[in-house]
Amino acid sequence: MKFGKVLFAAAAATAMSTAAQAGTLDDVKAKGFLQCGVATPLPGFAAPNAQNEWEGLDVDVCRAVGAAVFGDASKVKYTPTTSKERFTVLQAGEVDMLSRNTTWTFSRDVNLGFEFTGVNYYDGQGFMVNKSLGVSSATELDGASVCVQTGTTTELNLADYFRSKGMSYETVPVATAEEGAKVYDEGRCDVYTTDASGLYSLRSTLSAPADQIVLPEIISKEPLGPLVRHGDQQWGDISRWSLNAMIIAEELGVTSANVDEMLSSENPEILRLLGAEGNMGEQLGLDAKWAYNIVKQVGNYGESFKRNLTDSLNIERGINAQWKDGGLLYAPPMR
Amino acid sequence: MSSLTDQKYAPGEHPDLPPPPGSIGVVGWLRHRLFSSVGNTILTILAFFFLYKVGNAVIFWVFTGATFTGDTQDACTQGGACWLVIGDRFHQFMYGLYPQEEYWRANIVFVLMVFAIAPLLFDKLPHRGMFLIFSALFPFAAFYLLSGGWGLETVDTANWGGMLLTLVLGITGIVASLPIGILLALGRRSNMPIVRTLCVCFIEFIRGVPLITILFMASNMLPLFLPEGVNFDKLLRALIGVALFSSAYMAEVIRGGLQAIPKGQYEGADAMGLSYWQSMRLIILPQALRIVIPGIVNTFIGLYKDTTLVSIIGLFDLLGIAQVAVADVKWRGLAPETYAFIALLFFISCFSMSRYSLWLENKLHTGHKR
Repeated sequence: MKFGKVLFAAAAATAMSTAAQAGTLDDVKAKGFLQCGVATPLPGFAAPNAQNEWEGLDVDVCRAVGAAVFGDASKVKYTPTTSKERFTVLQAGEVDMLSRNTTWTFSRDVNLGFEFTGVNYYDGQGFMVNKSLGVSSATELDGASVCVQTGTTTELNLADYFRSKGMSYETVPVATAEEGAKVYDEGRCDVYTTDASGLYSLRSTLSAPADQIVLPEIISKEPLGPLVRHGDQQWGDISRWSLNAMIIAEELGVTSANVDEMLSSENPEILRLLGAEGNMGEQLGLDAKWAYNIVKQVGNYGESFKRNLTDSLNIERGINAQWKDGGLLYAPPMR
Repeated sequence: MSSLTDQKYAPGEHPDLPPPPGSIGVVGWLRHRLFSSVGNTILTILAFFFLYKVGNAVIFWVFTGATFTGDTQDACTQGGACWLVIGDRFHQFMYGLYPQEEYWRANIVFVLMVFAIAPLLFDKLPHRGMFLIFSALFPFAAFYLLSGGWGLETVDTANWGGMLLTLVLGITGIVASLPIGILLALGRRSNMPIVRTLCVCFIEFIRGVPLITILFMASNMLPLFLPEGVNFDKLLRALIGVALFSSAYMAEVIRGGLQAIPKGQYEGADAMGLSYWQSMRLIILPQALRIVIPGIVNTFIGLYKDTTLVSIIGLFDLLGIAQVAVADVKWRGLAPETYAFIALLFFISCFSMSRYSLWLENKLHTGHKR
């Protein structure tokens, strides 16, 4: 493992020195499509539907960049990547960007030579219990039996959390999420713990989803977001502001349905966003209508969230709400 | 009662008596095989009870309690399997993410494939010579049809999937591994030290690592060593990995056959004045390969099933596309149905291969069969 890391870092460093040449945008335009790395099927974030079209929150970020660059959200090709190979395919230039529920960490940002361009989902480890337990907070879980996937960081976070609270617990190890759902459903553990997004999607597979509650405590930080290779600032900016445009559009109340009316809005912020004023697009090296195309074709962040996560998986906005609504979504102003 | 015993017969003229009733027919078979003692009777009853229970549950799940018609998962209320997900995604199980308007190209390849494989399997086929030429051309035709270009819309290999991809991987691996394996086996028994060493190193190295490692290296490490912008197709990398892997195993199977040929055959071939390649082609290999047919087919079947490992490098083969179906939010918790369907498809393929090998062995048996 250690050797692998050294080798990877060495290879990444070599690739980095060659990747310093600018112009991902030009390459992408010349190719005529955006190659986007996504997850191998992960419900709600990236999965092909029955019509062979990729759908999901992460996929929508790819489509947003496609819409910004080409004015056409369908000019994106997807490369499904496993969690182990995702960094290699980005580093090797097989994909132009990676939008694959990847946690933004120091070592990935700095050491591996990537640039995270935002957060499209704030995840974190949480707990799910049956309502019949009568528990409303994770601090009341002393002595509980906890289902946890073995060999993951969730296991370590769990141990740390219970130790810091001076509580005891009993581990019920499970190998996969499917097995975990079964074990939990049969009542062999009181609590199931994994990342909150995983808890919600797990809940929808249980026999009585309505009887389960996700406790408010989130014990780890897992900001998931898109990333690009280090060294091409312009391309990083395009990726960052495509995501920001979706978030700002929601904040300003611009949706795919009303975006055309909004073109004649009185609000200068909206006009700047939609390219009716200012030269934001030009500064990015894009069309003036770049953000208009994003909102028109992909929708704002809230629409994307509702379509991919709320409607199908019953994932609530929670900390992923706009900052005005008490969430963490806070895009820098577009001016 | 006594008429038979009273009658006098000349010695040797006594007619055969009918077997006692209850020792022949269905009743006799049952008594002899199933109820011959108290212990066996109990075992039989227990076994039938078990079969009844399991069989009942299986039949309920697969047929009587299953749901075959409907549009959403809400239609699945009978407690058995929910086969709707298979129908909803059947095209993906067959073609993966291949563009739907281009399915006809994949269909043509499927049909051509039958005509290309038939002459390789059955030597009595009429006009076999012409068919064989077609078989040799088929890979190129199939590649052109599937990937496009020259008038056809290009389809990325990343979108090939399902049965199509499994067949591409399996057949390429099978077709490539036999000749490479023969060469490696001959090389390993060669008298030329360099050739022998190279073959031994290759075989032992490949056999020393799991297929998953090779695929992983091909998928993850190779791109880092190539200059930026030079991208080997991912499917091609997987294909090469699978072919190399299976040829190493094939080489050892064939070497077993070569070792079973008595030395006299080699010497006889030499005495005839045949060159090395002539003696191999005319004397040794026809005998050696025939002996190891079960081993060869065993390797083929193993290889065919091993192709599912490509799903860990992000290719949607049959297993990969099953995982896509399982991840569909429209159909939650239907993993058993999906995997059962995949298992059925694999069973059909592998069982056909093993039946064919039995048929081939019977056809070729000349003095070795017991």
